[in-house]
Amino acid sequence: MTKFLQYAISGLSTGSIYALVALGLALIYRSTRILNFAHGDITTAGTFFAFMLLGFHFSFGLAFALAILFGSALAMAFYFCILVPAQRREATQLGQIILTLGLGLIVQGLVARFGGTDIQSFPFPLSDTKIYRFAGVVISQLSLGTLLVGILASLLFYLLVQKTKLGLAMRATSENLPAAQTMGIPTRRILALSWGLAAMLGVLAGLFLAPALLLDPFFMLEPFLKGFAAAILGGLNSLPGAIVGGLILGVAESLAGGYVSIAFKNTFAFLMIILVLLVRPEGLLGKEFKERV
Amino acid sequence: MDLIQSYKEELQLIRKPWTRVWVGAFVLFLILLPWVAPQHITYIATIIFIYSIGVQGQNLLIGYTGQISFGQAGFLAIGAFTFGHLSIHGVPWFLSLLGAGLAAGLFGLVVGFPSLRLKGPYLAIATMGFGIAVYQVFVNSEVLSGGRMGLAVQKLSPLFGLSPITYRYYFNFLMAALFTLASYNIISSYMGRAFIAIRDNDIAAEVLGVNLTRYKLLSFAVSSFYTGVQGALLGLFLGYLEPNMFTFMESITLFVAVIIGGLASVEGSLLGAAFVILVPQVFSAYKDMVPVVYGVTIVFVLIFEPFGLYGRWFKMRLYFRNWPFR
Repeated sequence: MTKFLQYAISGLSTGSIYALVALGLALIYRSTRILNFAHGDITTAGTFFAFMLLGFHFSFGLAFALAILFGSALAMAFYFCILVPAQRREATQLGQIILTLGLGLIVQGLVARFGGTDIQSFPFPLSDTKIYRFAGVVISQLSLGTLLVGILASLLFYLLVQKTKLGLAMRATSENLPAAQTMGIPTRRILALSWGLAAMLGVLAGLFLAPALLLDPFFMLEPFLKGFAAAILGGLNSLPGAIVGGLILGVAESLAGGYVSIAFKNTFAFLMIILVLLVRPEGLLGKEFKERV
Repeated sequence: MDLIQSYKEELQLIRKPWTRVWVGAFVLFLILLPWVAPQHITYIATIIFIYSIGVQGQNLLIGYTGQISFGQAGFLAIGAFTFGHLSIHGVPWFLSLLGAGLAAGLFGLVVGFPSLRLKGPYLAIATMGFGIAVYQVFVNSEVLSGGRMGLAVQKLSPLFGLSPITYRYYFNFLMAALFTLASYNIISSYMGRAFIAIRDNDIAAEVLGVNLTRYKLLSFAVSSFYTGVQGALLGLFLGYLEPNMFTFMESITLFVAVIIGGLASVEGSLLGAAFVILVPQVFSAYKDMVPVVYGVTIVFVLIFEPFGLYGRWFKMRLYFRNWPFR
C-alpha cells in the first residue's frame, strides 16, 4: 500500500507538470483550433533564457519572472508576425498547424546554436535530494514544490478564465469568433494574449522540469509529447480535461513504471491513450464532434 | 487546363509530346549522372532516391487521403529491421524487400484502425504514440535491434563489373522509378480518386459509394508499405541498422519533405525528398542550423506558396508557356 501511495504521489508530481503543458496546448487549441507544435520549443527557449540570466547572477525570482515574460513575448510575436499574415492569406487549418511546426524547428535550432548542445545542470532553489516523509511516503523538496506550483498555477488560471472580465472575453472568443467580434471584443488581442498565457504556463513547467531532467536543447521534447497526449486524453477543447488528463497520465505512467517495467513506461502511457481514444474519440471531458457535410 | 476527350487520355501519364522529351531528358541525365559526377554527388543522389519512396508514401497518406501521421519512423523501423533479420537468415534480397514492405503495411493496417474514428489532431497523437512505442520497443529489445552494435546488413555485391557506388545508385534509381510509376498509377486509378474524395470530405465520399473503411485502411497500408521499403533500402544501402536512426525527428523530416515539396503531388514528393537531403549536406558546416533552415522554409512556403516547391515549378512553367502573355 505504501508502495502504491509512493508511486501515486510521484506520479501526481510529474502529472502536474504535464497538466501545465496540456493547459497551454488546450488553451490555444480551444481558441484558434491550432495544435501548437512549437509549445515545447518555446518552453525550452524560456528555460534557456532563465539559465542565461542565472549565469549573469540574477536572483532566482527575477530570472524566472523574466524567462516567463520572454516565453510569452515569443509566442505573441509568432502570433502577430506569422500567424496573422498567414490567416490573411487564407492558410488552411493544417497549414497553420504546420506553421507552428516550422516555428518549433526554428526555435529549436536557435536554442541549440546559442545555448549549446551540452547537457548542463540547472541551478534551482529547491533541492532534489532533501526529502520529507509522510506516513512512510517519501517526497523530495523539488517534487513537492512542483506539485504545489502545478496546483497553484492551475487554480489561478481557473480563476482567470472563469471569474475575470478577460476570461469572459477569452471564453467568448473561443466559443464564437465572429459573434465576439460583433460584440466589440478585440479578438486579435485576446488571441495573442491566449498565446502568451499558454507560453507562460509552458515556461513555468519547463523551469520546474529543468532541475529534474538536466538542461539540453531537446529536454522538453518528451514532456511536450506527454503534455500533448494528456491534453488529447482529457479532450482538447476542455481546460479541466487538460488538468485531469495530465494527472491521470502522470499517475498511470508512474504505476506502469513501478509495477510493470520501467523501460516501457512511455509505451504504456501512449497505449493507454490510444485505447481511451478508441472508446471515446473526443477525449474524457471533451465535447462530442458534430459535423455537417 | 488540358482538354481531355477520352478516358484513355485521362489515364495517360504523359499527355504532351514536349513533356515526353523533358521527362526523357531528365531520366537520361539521371542515368548518366554517376559517370560524370563526383562520387559524393552520386552518393547523395542515391539517398535522395531512397527517401523519395518514403516521401511519396507519406504524401499518398497526408496529401491525397488527408490523414495526418506522425508515426512514419515506426514503419521505417519495422521495414528496416524486418529486412535486416530476413536477410541475416539468408532470404534473397528481393523477397526480404517484399517482406519488409508487407510487414510495415500490416502494421499500417493496424494503425489505420484508429483513423476510422479519430480525426485531425487526435489521429496525429495516436500515430505519434505508435511511432514512439515502436522506437522504444527496438531500443529496449536487444533481440530485435541487434544489441549495442546495431544490426549488420549484408550490402549488395555489385554486378556487371560496376563500382559498388554506381551499382547501388542504379539499383536505387530503378526502385525509386518503380515506386514513382506505381504512385502515378495509384492516383489515376479508382483507388486514388477514392483517396482524394475521402480527403475532401469523408462523409460525402461515403454517401457517394466509397467504402470508407476499406480505403482509409488501404491508404495507411500502401503508405506504410512505401515507408517500409524505404527503411529496407536504407538498411541495404548503409549496411547497418540501429534504433536511433528512427526517432521522432525522422517522422518530422518525412513530414517536412511532403509539406515543402507540395501536398498531393508526386513531383513535389521528389523535390521534397531532394530538399530534406540536400539542406543538411549544404549546411554541413553549421549542423545545428539545419532545423532553422527547415523551419524558415516551412514558414515561407506556407505563407507565400501553399502548394510547395511543386506549386512554384508549376507557376514557372505556366509563365514560360504563356510568355509573352500573362
